[in-house]
Amino acid sequence: MLALVSLAAFFGAVLGFAAVRFKTEGNPIADQINDILPQTQCGQCGFPGCRPYAQAIADGEQINRCPPGGESTIQALADLLDVEFVPLNEEHGEEKVTAIAYIREDECIGCTKCIQACPVDAILGAAKQMHTVIVSECTGCDLCVEPCPVDCIDMIPQQESLQTWHWNLPDPVSRSVDIIASDSNRDQAA
Amino acid sequence: MRKIFDFHGGIHPPENKHQSVARAIAQAGIPTQLVIPVSQHIGAPAQPVVEEGDRVLGGQLIAAAKGFVSVPSHAPTSGTILAIEERMIAHPSGFAALCVVIETDGRDEWIELSGVDDYTKLEPGALINLIREAGIAGMGGAGFPSAVKLSIKPEIQIETLIINGTECEPYITADDILMRERPEQIIEGVKILRQIIQPRETVIGVEDNKPEGLAALRRAAEGSGIEVVEFPTKYPSGGEKQLIEILTGKQVPSGGLPADVGVVCQNVGTAVAIRAAVVEGRPLVSRITTLTGEALAQPQNYEVLIGTSMNHLLQLAGYDSTRNQRLIMGGPMMGFTVPDSHVPVVKTTNCILAPTVEEVPAPPPAQACIRCGMCAEVCPASLLPQQMFWFSQGKEFEKLEQHNLFDCIECGACSYACPSNIPLVQYYRASKAEIIQLRSDHEKSEQSRTRFEAREERLDREEAEKEAKRAARKKAAEARAKLAADGEGTEDPIQAAIDRAKAKKAAQQAGGKDSEVNELEKLQQVVATTRKRLDTATTKLTAAQAEGSDLVVPLQTGVDKTQAKLDIAVKALTEYQANEPKTDATENIEAEVDPAKLAIEKAMAARNALAALSPEDKAAQQLDKLEQRLAKAKARHAESVAVGEEEKIVIALEATVSRLEDKISAAREATSSQETT
Repeated sequence: MLALVSLAAFFGAVLGFAAVRFKTEGNPIADQINDILPQTQCGQCGFPGCRPYAQAIADGEQINRCPPGGESTIQALADLLDVEFVPLNEEHGEEKVTAIAYIREDECIGCTKCIQACPVDAILGAAKQMHTVIVSECTGCDLCVEPCPVDCIDMIPQQESLQTWHWNLPDPVSRSVDIIASDSNRDQAA
Repeated sequence: MRKIFDFHGGIHPPENKHQSVARAIAQAGIPTQLVIPVSQHIGAPAQPVVEEGDRVLGGQLIAAAKGFVSVPSHAPTSGTILAIEERMIAHPSGFAALCVVIETDGRDEWIELSGVDDYTKLEPGALINLIREAGIAGMGGAGFPSAVKLSIKPEIQIETLIINGTECEPYITADDILMRERPEQIIEGVKILRQIIQPRETVIGVEDNKPEGLAALRRAAEGSGIEVVEFPTKYPSGGEKQLIEILTGKQVPSGGLPADVGVVCQNVGTAVAIRAAVVEGRPLVSRITTLTGEALAQPQNYEVLIGTSMNHLLQLAGYDSTRNQRLIMGGPMMGFTVPDSHVPVVKTTNCILAPTVEEVPAPPPAQACIRCGMCAEVCPASLLPQQMFWFSQGKEFEKLEQHNLFDCIECGACSYACPSNIPLVQYYRASKAEIIQLRSDHEKSEQSRTRFEAREERLDREEAEKEAKRAARKKAAEARAKLAADGEGTEDPIQAAIDRAKAKKAAQQAGGKDSEVNELEKLQQVVATTRKRLDTATTKLTAAQAEGSDLVVPLQTGVDKTQAKLDIAVKALTEYQANEPKTDATENIEAEVDPAKLAIEKAMAARNALAALSPEDKAAQQLDKLEQRLAKAKARHAESVAVGEEEKIVIALEATVSRLEDKISAAREATSSQETT
């Protein structure tokens, strides 16, 4: 009895010490989730930025609310959290090609509204001066388009160029096998 | 005899080299138009330095290197710049890229070339510079800037310089014909490379399917200390890492460079280009290109100006377009289909293959992987191709990287060996590109996250500052309200001022520096002594004047001089005090120079005086002051008008004057009303 009590007291003390000594700072799960999210800070998920959504996922929110991340992000989240893959919730938007905001500079009146809306400080300008977008910093979140009173911001989808071009996986159609003659009529039969 | 090693895997595809090597190198001539892409190499595209309509001479710089890993381009012949615009280039994507278009004049006038007489006297750095300026990029097909490859860190000792004459791709004979016809040029280029790198040994590696080239090279290399090594033919022994293993037995580590195992590799074509650059001063404007394939009547090697349309070459070689379905740049193993026959030849175009449909048939449909393991047997990089194939299909990028996908040299041996005709290399290329894309995306998202967090922090800080200011204002307003409620003052403003001054003084004393105090003391002493001397001098002068002595004049000068000195000393003291207001309050200072005390006394006196005065006098005094200010303001205004100052200032001054006038009239009314009551 005495031995049991003393053992319990000893382990209790060790555990208590460890809890204080090796306490983890912040929320490691939310950090890992935040690493996967695309950081567009667009708020389409209904949370004010990627970090809050990461926190919400860690607290049990659905993983399919991020349109800019698309399927690959959902897949990565499913792998990380060991949950089932769920298709993107269309309520929050569709997966689109990444776009970059472009300000038609001669139409800009210098109201600074878009500067205030930009979550990553990617718009440059001052009151009554023309504004412009720092292309390399723009995340394509669309948040600047709505506040513009003269509607001079366009979201231009990124064109594929010689620098961004890459080989694609082989066309799955070319892998369809015509082993016997009836295979070529398979499409009509189906 | 040198020991020859073997590398893992490899294949023996049918060679088809004899067709094009039967004829000597022919000149392709000067076409009417040359299209020179600014990006013909790995690295940053060059920057065009000519403009539309400019006349250029052969060898003239038309696009300058932009950054370290970049290569300049030169005009291959004389002519006029027709345009600088996007043109279709030889790239698997079929995209257009910026090109300089030259309309040739056929006269082939050149700039004056100045070669180096004796390159053995030049430093490696100077030689590398010549190579960089000549625009040389790896001629074997990859197009890596040669100058960058040769700039090896000085702490690395290179054991072996390997010259690659392997040319293991079927069909291509550009290097073979070069070795047969111009072995002396190759050997001289190799000597220059040896001069730059200072290796322990220099080896030229050639496959045993080129006996004529081997013999010619051996003859030319006699007595030079350069070893020409023959080894069995196997694809892809011309791969850099494979050739290093064959000749030295060393394996380049995964993700490493040949320099890590003390080896530098260069192509024979590059050696010839380097010789031309150093010995003749001639930039890289032409190359040897193999034209072959059954759709050509006369397969042959041509010396081609960079920028020549592939179609021009095909016509020379007797091209039959009816027999050909697709044009391939490079060999059948690693080459790619070009989008159009009008794309230009670039620095890396070693072969243009125009096969008939029977010769290179369209790839048969891929069938399921049967896990036979043939691909792993032939892989020269000792990878597991079928495993990577499954991971590529499932987009399991992490596992692909764990299986060393990035060590794949895309030689195509696995696809060649695959009995199910699976286009394996295409899977690896796509997966590599996707992984690189993901990496850059992740980098960008990290960047956006830091920017977002920085912005949040800034907004929070601004909000906190605003909040603090609001709180301070609220407190001040409350204090004022309380003061007003308490009536005419428990708190005396002058007393408060005295307290403030005292607090300030105490703070300054605490922080005052000894050296400053000393400086001040010194200045004050100087002033005091000078003043004393002036006093005595003046007394003497008056005495002398009274006596009518002869000494009056010298004494007068003496007094003047002392007076001047005193002025300077006083000025220095005041300046010092003005610059160093801190020291004003130190203990050692006399009462007169303490402005805080002075101000306090003045304020006290003024208050006492004010208190002593009757209300009428007070009003009168106020009126006096106002009138004085008005006079001053008027004077200032007149002055500004006279000087012609800015309109704004004049208007502001006018406003001041009128305001003061209003105030005076109000004060007058008040006095008169007081008098009446």
